[in-house]
Amino acid sequence: MSEFVYLFRATQAAQHEAMGTPERAQKSMQAWLAWIRDLEAKGHLKEPGQPLAGEGKVVRGKSRSVTDGPYAEAKDLVLGFIVIEARDLAEAAELSKGCPMLEGGGSVEIRPVAKLPA
Amino acid sequence: MKLDDQLFRRESGRIVSALTRIFGVHNLGLAEDVVQDAFCRAVELWKERGIPENPSAWLMATAKNRAIDRVRRERRARRFAPEVGRLLDTEWTLSPLIDEAFDAHTIRDAELRMMFSCCDPALSEDAQLALILNILCGFRANEIAGAFLTARSAIEKRISRAKKQLAQCQNLFDLGTAEFESRLSTVRRALYLLFNEGYHGASAESAVRVELCDQALRLTLLLGEYPPAATPSTHALAALMCLDAARLPARIDSAGELSALVDQDRSRWNARLLAEGLALLERSAAGEAVSPYHVEAAIAAVHASARTIEETDWRSIVSLYDRLMTIQPSPVVALNRGIAIGQCEGAERGLKELRAIADRDRLANYPFYPAALGELELRLGHFEAARKHFGAALGLARNGTEQRFLEKRLRSCAAPIKAE
Repeated sequence: MSEFVYLFRATQAAQHEAMGTPERAQKSMQAWLAWIRDLEAKGHLKEPGQPLAGEGKVVRGKSRSVTDGPYAEAKDLVLGFIVIEARDLAEAAELSKGCPMLEGGGSVEIRPVAKLPA
Repeated sequence: MKLDDQLFRRESGRIVSALTRIFGVHNLGLAEDVVQDAFCRAVELWKERGIPENPSAWLMATAKNRAIDRVRRERRARRFAPEVGRLLDTEWTLSPLIDEAFDAHTIRDAELRMMFSCCDPALSEDAQLALILNILCGFRANEIAGAFLTARSAIEKRISRAKKQLAQCQNLFDLGTAEFESRLSTVRRALYLLFNEGYHGASAESAVRVELCDQALRLTLLLGEYPPAATPSTHALAALMCLDAARLPARIDSAGELSALVDQDRSRWNARLLAEGLALLERSAAGEAVSPYHVEAAIAAVHASARTIEETDWRSIVSLYDRLMTIQPSPVVALNRGIAIGQCEGAERGLKELRAIADRDRLANYPFYPAALGELELRLGHFEAARKHFGAALGLARNGTEQRFLEKRLRSCAAPIKAE
């Protein structure tokens, strides 16, 4: 088994669509809960991760310049991450297809955890 | 009882159960803290602003927020219920999980599961009752002590030991396991005892007793709403409680005194509960099995359908007690059977039956055994013997209500002598 990080992304419009009213937010959260619960039940949830808030800062380069962000440049935001366990990248990709964020036009980026050389 | 107390009684068991399902039984104390805390906030705020339109909903929303706060603060140091895995450990699922826990269906399930957990067969029946009252009915230790006429410290010890036993299993009882059937009968037994504690128990305060009966009935009806638990025996138990509870207002008269069946004002019986009890009794007849609850409910139904004591079909009652003696013999059943025989075949026959009860030494501390002997002797005009029995009964009285009742009976034996 190998570890993979799921990075969830969505545009602000898609986020608004999913969470804009209390009813829609509740429905989205329930779908999310069901999906995570399923991953956990099947032994794929390695780390439950965390969602990320929209605001933040970016510190860049030698000059340590600080800008508000990351949304200034990005058309879709990273909404958070989880770490899963799967046989291989293909299985990890297959598992991600159940992610409810995909319904609203979001994306899941699947990245194997790199094993850095000793 | 003030509104706060009533609300606490009604809601605390539901919220504690809902939270324990996700926190784990080993974190029962945390769930209780959250409820206590939410309740304190409510009382404080309501003192200033008045009671909100829907106090239950308000309390639940506050408990949700308090639960989320506590989990955030303590999740590094605690492990929650194995069945929720790590879903409380991440903000992804914390708040949807708490929301789900307070969903009406989930709460009902959690409450049922808590009921089954409290009836762990490793616990004594006394401990099971104390837990049900404390966790599911929001009774505090001193209130339970009052209901059972036991020292508060003994009840506190009993509850804390029992909670340690419960915590051995971190998840609430799983209603889907093979153990369900046998646990279900333990649950029914505990609810039956809880009801009896209210109906015949030692507590002097009639309000406490009515409350015990109400709570036992509420939990039994909850059991009956869950299809796998809604068996004929469960309906029979609910029927028995309804039919007895219907007569409770007349059993304790307007002055708060015990009133013998003969003297009861039958217009004070609760018609709605009588009807519900009879309907449940009908539903309980669906299966083949006849449980002791069926027979006891049938006896209660015979009493309840008589408009006067003279109209009571004592012969049916005797044959039902005969049946009960074959499926669940006990000295108390034998005592009641003897009283019924006294009603339909005369006091002489009744006395003979009472004196022949096999384990009557087990009734040695039960005031209503000598009281029954006294009643029958009195009917035969044996005032001296009657006085002796009522005197013995008086010596066994467990509270002021019983004492005053028996003193009255004792005085009625003296009256004819004064007249001579």
